[in-house]
Amino acid sequence: MKRITTRASRLVRPAVATPPRGRDEKEWHVTAELTAETVQLLTPAGERVNHPDYPVDDVDIRGLYRDMALVRRIDNEAVALQRQGELALWAPLIGQEAAQIGSARALSPRDMAFPSYREHGVAWCRGLDMLRIFELFRGVTHGAWDPEEHKFHLYTVVIGDQTLHATGYAMGIQRDEAEDEAVIAYFGDGATSQGDVSEAFSWASVFQAPLVFFCQNNQFAISAPPERQSRVPIYQRAAGFGLPGIRVDGNDVLACYAVTRQALRAAREGQGPALIEAFTYRMGAHTTTDDPTRYRLASELEAWRQRDPIERVQAYLTRSGEADAAFFDQVQAEADELAAKLRAAVLALPDPPPLSLFDHVYSGGSAILDAERAQYAAYLEGFDEEQGARR
Amino acid sequence: MSKITLSRAINEGLRRSLENDPKVMIMGEDVGRLGGVFRVTDGLQKDFGEHRVVDTPLAESGIVGTAIGLALRGYRPVCEIQFDGFVYPATDQIVSQLAKMRYRSRGHVSLPVVIRIPFGGGIGAVEHHSESPEVFFAHTAGLRVVACADPADAFTMIQQAIASDDPVIFFEPKRRYWDKGEIDPAASLDAALPLDQARVVREGTDVTLLSYGPMVRTCLEAALAAEDDGRSVEVVDLRSLSPLDLGCVTDSVRRTGHCVVVHEAPVYAGLGAEIAARVTEACFYHLEAPVLRVGGFAIPYPVARAEDHYLPDLDRILDAVDRASAY
Repeated sequence: MKRITTRASRLVRPAVATPPRGRDEKEWHVTAELTAETVQLLTPAGERVNHPDYPVDDVDIRGLYRDMALVRRIDNEAVALQRQGELALWAPLIGQEAAQIGSARALSPRDMAFPSYREHGVAWCRGLDMLRIFELFRGVTHGAWDPEEHKFHLYTVVIGDQTLHATGYAMGIQRDEAEDEAVIAYFGDGATSQGDVSEAFSWASVFQAPLVFFCQNNQFAISAPPERQSRVPIYQRAAGFGLPGIRVDGNDVLACYAVTRQALRAAREGQGPALIEAFTYRMGAHTTTDDPTRYRLASELEAWRQRDPIERVQAYLTRSGEADAAFFDQVQAEADELAAKLRAAVLALPDPPPLSLFDHVYSGGSAILDAERAQYAAYLEGFDEEQGARR
Repeated sequence: MSKITLSRAINEGLRRSLENDPKVMIMGEDVGRLGGVFRVTDGLQKDFGEHRVVDTPLAESGIVGTAIGLALRGYRPVCEIQFDGFVYPATDQIVSQLAKMRYRSRGHVSLPVVIRIPFGGGIGAVEHHSESPEVFFAHTAGLRVVACADPADAFTMIQQAIASDDPVIFFEPKRRYWDKGEIDPAASLDAALPLDQARVVREGTDVTLLSYGPMVRTCLEAALAAEDDGRSVEVVDLRSLSPLDLGCVTDSVRRTGHCVVVHEAPVYAGLGAEIAARVTEACFYHLEAPVLRVGGFAIPYPVARAEDHYLPDLDRILDAVDRASAY
């Protein structure tokens, strides 16, 4: 398998210069067009483009479409549930479906994924029960799934921390001499400013760990644009760490799939880590608490709607005759059914019992903790004795 | 049985753990080829190889963050932070990730990571090499925080820490690295005092001195000196700073009626404050004096030529013993 080239070395000057100030800065994302270096296999109009390094003849494009449509529907349902007070928060993925589904479908069942907190599409592809994600955002767990069950680590909220965990895990794969496993670390453009992410790049490179860094550049760290994080395009930063860096059209599910697959193969074959920058766009808010109208223009969002990751696949499938209206209707019906099931399950979620707060702090007990639990239990029992009068 | 230094005792404990469990690995700055700046890991890379004793890049957050990843993969990493004052770059990984992963996952994930930190002053060092940051970690639920005080304990405690399924912050009293004591290489870990228990290291009847790490020896010296004044001082080595073994402490205080807590860390909001509150609550009717504290001042760690004023010594401890007794 051909190794991904260090494309950064081909460019002497950064492709992105200093953004203009003020109002123009908001429009910067629109003008920062994808460069010729960007891998694209499906245009926004849904036309297939061949790339000699990335053949994708064997790809189930209908399946990728279905994945994307379903997770967008789940995402919409989650936002609605938050607006109705049933979730405490949601971090919408809308706009990033191609980046997540494309990269996650490139994983083998044995590969390990380390998500940030917006990787609902990756969770879907790994086979995690999506209710686990809803539990987290409802506030009844902090995640609480078994990472090894689906090879999908817990959501990590502190930005960038998981990149080091992914690196360590990949070092463990090396120590195990497991040849058919690799790791993927998900993070965003904002995370690239975190020291831990630089440390992860550095360590993974030094130890040649079997790891793919998958950066979804969704153009926003809440409100701050990528130009506030770096003077050079993210994928070019890889060169300084001795990693191959490659930029892919993050709204192109085929390109995300093909590039990630190749990088994972290289990692499994002992060729070391790589950095993929998926150039995409967060079409929703940072989270349901956010108001993006304060920092972006409607025209910019509209420009990116023209590059919608799902619509281009639908256009391709329609034009090529690989799918007809019945297929799309069927996926939509499946999506609605899935959303309804999730909604019902969310509404049925009980709050955790109060004494469960004290569980799982340590592997065994702790006299201090046991005393606090007993004290609080006695306190609660006092209310019961008063027949709940004070509750 | 032979007399060896405390640093050698930890080395022997590490060696034992490496031998007994192929998943144990050591990682840190200069721990391999050099054997650590205090030589605690001396010879281990030579005997166990570069895969098990890893010289890492110079990045504390990276050390702890990758150790977490290795633990997720089934390894038991023992990380060395070169000096106490260098642990702060790793604080996020320790506090936000290492300590909370079991809780976050509702018990699905164990992170058996040990973080060894040489701590405390008294070696005439430059800034950032003499600190006592234990309370930052004791305040973080999910971590076990322990300190060894003598070679015999160091030998068993490091092995127990590595065998623990919880993350352990393992504080080593750097100025006692060269203290010698006997270890029993044949001792069974099962027979050893559990990692989370305190120990009476000298029995007495009049005053209880509570301490840990480097101050245990100073307290023992103070107890010896107090004998000349006809005062019988009991010394308790807390060993586990979080969770605290309050049972051992209150047993002692109920017998003596007087309690003085000694640590190098600043008195203000230090471990002594927590102990004083708990002892007062648990032993209120046995106490004949308030719980007193001896420790560092509420200042950044001072310059080497003045650290003797900052560090509790025999006289400052005896002064507190006198004040407690005079109530």
